[in-house]
Parts: sequence; C-alpha cells; structure tokens
Amino acid sequence: MSGLRRIPWAPLAVVVALLVPAAGSRFYTFVATDVAILALFAVSLNLLLGYTGLVSFGHAAYFGIGAYTTGILMKKAAIPFVLAFPAAGVLAAIFALVFGFFCVRLTKIYFAMLTLAFAQIVWAICFKWNDVTGGEQGMPEIPYPDLAWMERLPLAGQLRTSDHFYLLTVVLVAACLWLLRRIVGSPFGRILTTIRENPERAEFIGVNVRRWELFAFVIAGAFAGLAGGLFGIFNRGVFPDFAYWSKSSEVLIMTILGGIGHFYGPAVGALVLLVLNQQITSYTEYWPFILGTILIVLLFVFPGGIVGALDAAARRLTRVRRA
Amino acid sequence: MPDPSFLFAQSLSGLTAAMFLFLIASGLSLIFGVLRVLNFAHGSFYMLGAYLAFQTVQSLGRGPSSFWWAVAGAAVGVAVLGGLVERLLLRHLYGKEELYQLLFTYALVLIVSDAAKVFWGTQQLSVSRPPGLAGAFRLFGTLVPYYNLFILLLGPGIAFAFWLGLNRTRAGRLIRAAALDREMLGALGVNVSRLYTGVFVLGSFLAGLGGALVTPVKTIVPGMDVEIIVEAFIVVVIGGLGSFWGTFLGALIYGQVLSFGILIFPRFSIFSVFALMAVVLILRPWGLLGRPLKS
Repeated sequence: MSGLRRIPWAPLAVVVALLVPAAGSRFYTFVATDVAILALFAVSLNLLLGYTGLVSFGHAAYFGIGAYTTGILMKKAAIPFVLAFPAAGVLAAIFALVFGFFCVRLTKIYFAMLTLAFAQIVWAICFKWNDVTGGEQGMPEIPYPDLAWMERLPLAGQLRTSDHFYLLTVVLVAACLWLLRRIVGSPFGRILTTIRENPERAEFIGVNVRRWELFAFVIAGAFAGLAGGLFGIFNRGVFPDFAYWSKSSEVLIMTILGGIGHFYGPAVGALVLLVLNQQITSYTEYWPFILGTILIVLLFVFPGGIVGALDAAARRLTRVRRA
Repeated sequence: MPDPSFLFAQSLSGLTAAMFLFLIASGLSLIFGVLRVLNFAHGSFYMLGAYLAFQTVQSLGRGPSSFWWAVAGAAVGVAVLGGLVERLLLRHLYGKEELYQLLFTYALVLIVSDAAKVFWGTQQLSVSRPPGLAGAFRLFGTLVPYYNLFILLLGPGIAFAFWLGLNRTRAGRLIRAAALDREMLGALGVNVSRLYTGVFVLGSFLAGLGGALVTPVKTIVPGMDVEIIVEAFIVVVIGGLGSFWGTFLGALIYGQVLSFGILIFPRFSIFSVFALMAVVLILRPWGLLGRPLKS
C-alpha cells in the first residue's frame, strides 16, 4: 500500500494524457479531450459534494455560463482565447456568488432544489434569448483558439488542430486541478471539511458557516465555468443543454461513480463513464438503460465509488500482508 | 384588454392542467412528506400509467367501458410496481444519505424511459375520449369538452377524498404522525416499514391514475416523464413539500401562471415558473402552506 501511495499518480496521469495524440487516432484524442474537460467539471462539483457536504443539483448552470461566455466572446467579439477563457471562470463565479448567496441560506434538500431552480432559470434564458445565445439552436462554429505557435514545438508540430487543442486542454485542466488540490489542502479546505462533518459545531467554534459555504460555491462555480469554456470550443458549439438539469445529474453520477471521498475520484468517474459511454453506444442505443443499471449497482454495492472500492481493497490487502 | 371569453378559456385550460398536476404532485408530496424521499421516478410512473392505459384500451377494443377498465388497470399496475420497487430496493437506502435515494430514483427514470421505448417505440400514441364524455358544450362562448369538465370535477373530488382519508381514518392519522415523527411512531408500536410501503404504493397509484387519465387529452410520447416531473416539482415546491393543501394551491397557481404567462410574455413563460419557484424557495423554503422541516 505504501508502495502504491508513493507512486506520483497525478504527474503520471498528465504524462500519459499528453502522449495520447501520439497514437495518431482522431477518435482517441476526441474521447481524451472529453474526459479531461469533464474531469475538471466533476472535481469542481466534488468541492461542494465531497468536501463541503453540499448537494448541488444545478452545477451545470456554471458550466453552461462558462461555455456561453467563452463562445460568445470568441465567436462574436473575436476576443482571443487568452482572455475569453479566464472570462468564463470570472462570469461563472459572479453568477455563483449571486445564486449561492441565496442557496447557502437553505439546508439539505432545499439547497439542492434552489440550485436546481437557478440552473433551470439559466437554461430557460439560454434557450429563449435568441439575440445573444442563439436560443434553441445554440451557437455553432465556435472557433478554435489560435494555436499556430504549437507547430514550432518539438514533437507536436505534425499534429492536427484538434490535437493541439487537446494538449492545451490537458495543460489547463492539470493546472486547474493542481490549484483545486492546493485549495482543498489549505486551512480553507479543512474548514470546509469541518462544516461537512458538523455544521453546528463549526458554527460554535466561530466558523462563519454560510460565508465559507458561499466561498466554496463560488470557487466550484468558477472552475465549472472554466471547464464549460473549454467544452464549448471542443464541442464546436454551445447549446442550452449545457445548463440543463440532465447535465447536472450526469456530472453528479460521474462524481459518485468515481468516489466523493477522494480528490481524484470524480476524475476517475469521468474517465470510466465516458469510455463506457463510447463503448456501449457503439453496440446499443439504450445507453440510459445501462447507465441506470450501473448507477443502481453502484449505490447498492459500491457506495464509495470506484476509488473508494479500490482503496478499501488495497487496505485489506496490506492488512493481510502485515498479518 | 383582451376579450373576456378568451381570458375565461385561458384560465379554464390552466385549471384543467392544474387538476392533472395536482393528481401527480399530490403523490409526490405524500411520498416526500412521509418517506422524506424526493421521488424522481414519479414522472416515470405517470408515463407507465399512460402506456399501460393505452395497451389495455388496445387489447379491450372500443367498448363503452374499456377506457375505465384501462384507467383502473393502469393505476393498479403502477401501484404494484411501486410497491415492488419500495420493498425490494428503495428500503435499503433509507439509512443512507439523501443523495443516494435521489440518484436511485433518477436511475429508475433512466431505466423506465428506455424500457418504455423498447416496448412501445418512440412514435406518438393516443387514446380517444371515453364514449360517454366525447362531446362538448358551450360556456361563456368557450367550447368545453365534457372530458375536461369531468377532470375539473374529479380534481377537487380526489382532493376531498384525500383530505377525508388523511383526517378521518386511522391510516390517515398514522401517515400524518409518520410525517411528523417517525421514530416516535415506531416506538409506539406502529409498523412504520409497512406504512412506508403503503404510502409509496398509494403515491404510485396516484401517478398511474394521472397518467392514465391524461391520455385522452395529451399524446403519449417518450419524454413525458421528465416533462411532468419538472412541473410537479415546481408545484410541490411552491405549495410546500409534504403539505396537502399546499400542493393543491401550488397546482392552481402553476396552471394560471403558465397559461397567462404565455399571454404576457410568450417567450419567457418557462422562465416565469422557474423564477416563481426560486422566489418561493428564497422567501419561504418550506413553501406557501408547508411547515419548516425539523432538523
């Protein structure tokens, strides 16, 4: 176990991810980009779900806001990616601040429902505001960022534009995950865990629960927005569905599937779910049926998610070895 | 000022929609009030009710009473299914976090929606109105189908029966007690687990009944499950989760806001109901007629 722990998994994963375009398959790059972006989305949700104990059922709102921000800035105002990408995080954070201000005043199921209501409002606006968001039709043809400079890089010169964008995505997602990892490891992260474990007690020892919850909500929203900004470009278009509640539940499932008790659990969940989706949809159109079944098995048999189950298995192994 | 008969027609259509919503939402609210489970699959049960009714009408032929048999059969069939789901699966999740129960019912939504596609395909299906209620009459210049009148009367009828059941029977008293303090009820020697099954069956019955009754008015299509569950959520949130009259009031408000919202700002009618839900949650999270949850 200690040997397993000493392996630097995260840098290893980044290196492997950077090697994916070398396989030369358009399809692998496509799936890998999808996984990288949704991994960030899921990990940002877990800041609320796993670390603070807040069940947000409307996390897609911030993903959608980020996607529309980057998309509109790049397509309609021709603003370069360097500015349009951070703008996604900033705008998502502002919305998260406003919505979160009301949401953190509620507890448990009511919190979940208010986040859902706000997300549906965002969706309804995106769906109907034709002049700005393109309405129901969405906004196709978001341009790729200008990545011509990558052609001068060693090894990456011969690759396609989608590969270049993928490399950029991996670097940005890795940076965001590193930041998030720092955040949950900081004293602030400890406060969130305290709130999750016992909000009343946290209040007693002088923690302003609502304010820290709001802070967590804003950070989670900002990173979801950044993920959305990348996703709009990757998807070659932004659509109202990005903010719809089914998207929120999708990311919830990824997070639970991977395991909310571990920082990288949700990223593993994103990987497994998306790869499964690709595999299964090539055999059958009934993916929701399979997903529902997976979900039920998960809830009843592996409530700790994949990483939780692996961790428990590894622990049992070491105990056997020691004894 | 628009034509008053038009306004009347508009509000009548809102009222009819409200009665259907009440049927669905009351089951959802009842299950939440007692089991504390927000049942996403309630809309799926509604959809199954509709498909089962269609299937029964198909196999019984166009007899004068086949529609009513279909309604009864669908409601009972869905109730049995609900009972099985509660007994075999859901009950093992009661002790766990709310999120797990929520995701479980969401998994049911996914499974049922695909299963319905396998059995009934994706085309639109419809059921004609029962022979006795096929006509229509004129009221203040508006054509009102007899079937809609039947629904308008049935809604308050069921509400009244429900109220009587909750307030005048032993089972109703137990249900109200379970909603307030289930541990104490268990300590007093009541079989709470059987009560839970009963409530889930009753809620599913109402969903199936609503689904079967809506078939002459709406076409049966995949996706009707998600559509209704979103609406029913809004209704119970506005009225108050677990509050009986709150659900009734919420359904009335929702019906009117939707049918008049379309007139006032046609493009933002969906927006108006979600905004209403958010405002209620901010000002009175427990809903207009609900009570704050004990923590």
